[in-house]
Amino acid sequence: MSINFQYLETFRDEIRLLTLKELHHLGFGHYGGSLSIIEALAVLYGEVMKVDSKNPEWVDRDYFILSKGHGGPSYYATLSLKGFFPEKILYTLNQNGTTLPSHPDRNLTPGVDMTTGSLGQGISAAVGVALSHKLSDRGNYTYCLVGDGELNEGQCWEAFQFAAHHKLNRLLVLVDDNKKQLDGLTKDIINPFDFGEKLTAFGFYTLKVDGSSLTQIYEAIEKGKAQCDKPVAIILDTVKGQGVPYLEEKADNHHIRPNQADEEAIIATIAQLEKKLGKKVRL
Amino acid sequence: MIQTPSRSYELDKLEMRQVYANTILEMARNNANVVALEADLMSAISTNKIIEQIPNQLINCGIMEANMIGVAAGLSLTGKIPYVHTFAQFATRRAFDQLFVSGAYAKLNIKILGSDSGVTAEHNGGTHMAFEDLGLVRLIPNAYIYEVSDATMLGYLLRKIENEYGIHYIRTIRKKAVEIYQEDEIFETGKGKVLREGGDVTIIGSGIMVAESLRAADLLQDLGIQATVIDMYSIKPIDKDLIVKYAKKTKAVVTAENHNVIGGLGSAVAEILSEHCPTQMRRIGVKEQFGQVGKVEYLKGFYKITAKDIVDAVREMV
Repeated sequence: MSINFQYLETFRDEIRLLTLKELHHLGFGHYGGSLSIIEALAVLYGEVMKVDSKNPEWVDRDYFILSKGHGGPSYYATLSLKGFFPEKILYTLNQNGTTLPSHPDRNLTPGVDMTTGSLGQGISAAVGVALSHKLSDRGNYTYCLVGDGELNEGQCWEAFQFAAHHKLNRLLVLVDDNKKQLDGLTKDIINPFDFGEKLTAFGFYTLKVDGSSLTQIYEAIEKGKAQCDKPVAIILDTVKGQGVPYLEEKADNHHIRPNQADEEAIIATIAQLEKKLGKKVRL
Repeated sequence: MIQTPSRSYELDKLEMRQVYANTILEMARNNANVVALEADLMSAISTNKIIEQIPNQLINCGIMEANMIGVAAGLSLTGKIPYVHTFAQFATRRAFDQLFVSGAYAKLNIKILGSDSGVTAEHNGGTHMAFEDLGLVRLIPNAYIYEVSDATMLGYLLRKIENEYGIHYIRTIRKKAVEIYQEDEIFETGKGKVLREGGDVTIIGSGIMVAESLRAADLLQDLGIQATVIDMYSIKPIDKDLIVKYAKKTKAVVTAENHNVIGGLGSAVAEILSEHCPTQMRRIGVKEQFGQVGKVEYLKGFYKITAKDIVDAVREMV
């Protein structure tokens, strides 16, 4: 299959631009973990997933659950670019009365398949969706994006055991291995050791890729979809704050209320992306 | 000893667990969307006897209650109607955030059967003896809560909620209950059942305490005190009008529950009365204590939730 990676690169850059714009407009937020999942979102929504923005409840769609719910801002940017709601709605992120709360809510936002934010819970719902389709002999795929810090939660490992036992081969779990959680480095807080080895031991078909590479993510998903008797885990080697070098370097980048230097870097990145894309986004 | 029993107090023909398994089987056969989930307690609730007949509609999730509630949420997202069973304390205490966020906050459709309620956990003891499950679920906005008193009611309510969207929690015992109702009885949401009329006091019970309340009314009759007995099986929403009506009529109310007096039926009734019809009342139930091992009758005596305790509470007021 020939893939238009040029389109995906543009889509990725647009997601990053809108993510930075909406967070910048709000004035604070989960920059680090929103930025690190953008390449995965670009591949899923730009190429892989069957979704219809005109019919978000389409029963034959593929499902996506953002189990690391604090990544909401880039998820919303992606959904707006896909046409689920107007871009200007991004301007209301996390503000009074918004339809875009800090953590996704399936009852508020068109295109959001599941309410998440209490870490560890989205993956169980994803497993339930995949089980349901398997029981009904339907072909829908279920994609679930979990955080590396989120994998501290025992419930994730309950869900993984369940998925492997039921051979949920149309479930693809993407692990955002950005090496950091709120209080610091994952290896200093609860050492994850090797996610790949652990998930393989739990019965997954496991792949590890550069989580900033659209090509590698796409190829891993295609390989995973060819599996017929195991759930799939794709470990995304990412950087918290991905795609904004200044924020990648910033030690405490989980939730940022920008200082002056942060502000300048964010504005400069927005300008670079606008120049590259040849468009100015007015939210 | 009751001198003039008002009824025979015979046990149901079927155990509550047989009713659950039979009803799940019947519903699953009639509706491909009905899926029952278990957490390694199938043989405790008799669903092991139906698994071969509905292998694609009865899933043993293993000992992972948090994940089981999440799986139920996922099933609901795709239009299935999940019925989840485990012991009451695991269904609520252990998986509370999952029930709250993935179930209720996400506005999904999950039916939960919490079994082995309160003292009926018997030999499983304090770790397994839920006296707080009703209180926990009452805190979940828009959840529906029933505590069933006999087999007819359990079967009826399981069928009734199949086509009612939302979070439904049914609290039950597993073995035989005292038969309260005829097979053709119907049970509305938000209503209580007046089982006996008397003008001196109103006793409001649920679950196994309905039979205790009826026995208490018999004992009171022998003492010349006439009691109304209400089976308040719908804990949430609760029958406010009925509570106020009988509080006004009898001017004294006793609640009786196999549960902590905080958070459950006694709290719910007190909340209604204090706002709408302040009335002297007593709450029979567990007070600031954990569970322990023992036979049901011993435990009822220990926690002071017998017919005699209800009578004593009435006599303080009447």
